[in-house]
Amino acid sequence: MTEMTTRYDLAVIGAGPAGLAAATLAAERGLTTVLLDEQPVPGGQIYRSVTRNPVRNPGILGGDYWHGADLVGPFRDSGAAYRPGTTVWSVSRALEIGLSRDGAARILPVKHIILATGALERPFPIPGWTLPGVMGAGAAQILLKSSALVPSGRLVMAGTGPLLWLLAWQYLRAGARIDAILDTTPGGNWRAALRHMPGFLRSPYLGKGAALLLDVRRKVKVIGNVTDLRAVGDGALRSVAFRQGGGPERSLPADTLLLHQGVIPNINLANATGCGQHWDEIQRCWVPTVDEWGASSVEGVSIAGDGAGIAGAVAAEHRGRLAALGALHRLGAIGPEERDREAATHRAALAEAQRGRMFLDTLYQPGPDFRVPKDDTIVCRCEEVTAGQVRDAVRLGVGGPNQAKSFLRCGMGPCQGRLCGPTVTEVIADARGVSPAEVGYYRLRPPVKPITLAELASLPKSEDEIHAVLHP
Amino acid sequence: MFQRLPDAAGERVSFTIDGRVAEALAGDTVAAALMANGVVACRTTPVSGAPRAPFCMMGVCFDCLVTIDDVGNRQGCQVTVRPGMRVETQKGAREAAR
Repeated sequence: MTEMTTRYDLAVIGAGPAGLAAATLAAERGLTTVLLDEQPVPGGQIYRSVTRNPVRNPGILGGDYWHGADLVGPFRDSGAAYRPGTTVWSVSRALEIGLSRDGAARILPVKHIILATGALERPFPIPGWTLPGVMGAGAAQILLKSSALVPSGRLVMAGTGPLLWLLAWQYLRAGARIDAILDTTPGGNWRAALRHMPGFLRSPYLGKGAALLLDVRRKVKVIGNVTDLRAVGDGALRSVAFRQGGGPERSLPADTLLLHQGVIPNINLANATGCGQHWDEIQRCWVPTVDEWGASSVEGVSIAGDGAGIAGAVAAEHRGRLAALGALHRLGAIGPEERDREAATHRAALAEAQRGRMFLDTLYQPGPDFRVPKDDTIVCRCEEVTAGQVRDAVRLGVGGPNQAKSFLRCGMGPCQGRLCGPTVTEVIADARGVSPAEVGYYRLRPPVKPITLAELASLPKSEDEIHAVLHP
Repeated sequence: MFQRLPDAAGERVSFTIDGRVAEALAGDTVAAALMANGVVACRTTPVSGAPRAPFCMMGVCFDCLVTIDDVGNRQGCQVTVRPGMRVETQKGAREAAR
């Protein structure tokens, strides 16, 4: 880690669109900047492997994906330091970053931090979702982008949201077989979304999205209004059971089931840092609370991109630039007039990118049955806790997710609540008949990623620290 | 089950899965390489012994935990395959001292 001895003004965490754009602008404007990222190559998940892609035919992934390369080039020229393969496990209010790289940990003090931790797939708890053969559609898309892997055998895709349709379109272009798409979008969502139609009609997504959807619907069997979805198998997926509306149960044989019902902000680092957050009623998730520059409730910590609320990749890069301008201003590198003047173009582009968002968020809001599952469904994959157990705990007086941890260990496994947190919040809220905002969320603690004792022990120690332990 | 696109670009890398020789594409994560080699379950859970396979591929779910070069509980989706790497599927909890 000797190369990280520089005292950086700014650390950006995450090399997706928000992080790349933020680090680029900040470094170009003179801040000594370091970009820390867990992946070996830049791009985040949306532009995963964009600089080193094994898929030879660029048409398979589509033009929007290759836009990621437009962000990586300027970043490389910006003068920002880049530390791939780095896991950040802690960010303190004193702006000290706990990180780990090549098995050695260290603490990096900086003057400003931009969290650009992006999104993760919203949990999709159905019976059997822990079976081998069942995975996230976003996960399968990562396999395509980074390893040129597509499903073989019988493939069923199920859920709701743009990514499900984009992946189906990419699979068709790659020559992969899709047996069926089970659309779980609740019928009533269309009605609710209609009032947001005017914004969507002026959205840059409209033309592309509609063409893509029509193309997939022409070539793949799409079953709508799907309810009571179950993955069935013993040791591995064998079939997918479901109902269409209130109809009889049907079953499709399947080797792979790809689930998706949208993405939510990856808030673990922000939450563990102590950044304030709120419940978003439309997106049905916890969102860190930030101002127009991405500044969180913790002084010196900003959040940019989908990690501060889902708005998509193009919006993320503009939010990254706005956060960088906010950091430049806070550190005294630019005055308020210059900040505001420069921000104007990014704000206009952000507004353009967000046009139509309300329509998509309303249309693709997952139905209550898929957010608040039945008793027999595992909600916490790590500790194998079911929705029924959570409800039993509520009957015993458990009021929120943190109490549920003590009763059931849900959220205390290695994923630290990432895959169960939103579900546990909603199940408790539903059982108590109150809003998720009232129920709250897990209080997360660093380290937000597991590190070994050996890594911790490798932290550089000062003479004073050694003395304090040896001669207390 | 997953398969590689026939024209996938990149060098081939040799490694082992539970002692058997296997092939990955340079840049594959361990989790991707296991799926490309037809491994159905990469571990069983410490709680119930149920089989699990990689689920999120981006480091959040921890279902792809495997033993890599004698170190247990590594996130397979966060580690790039290296030539000669020894990957072992994991049964239940990580063994002491691994």
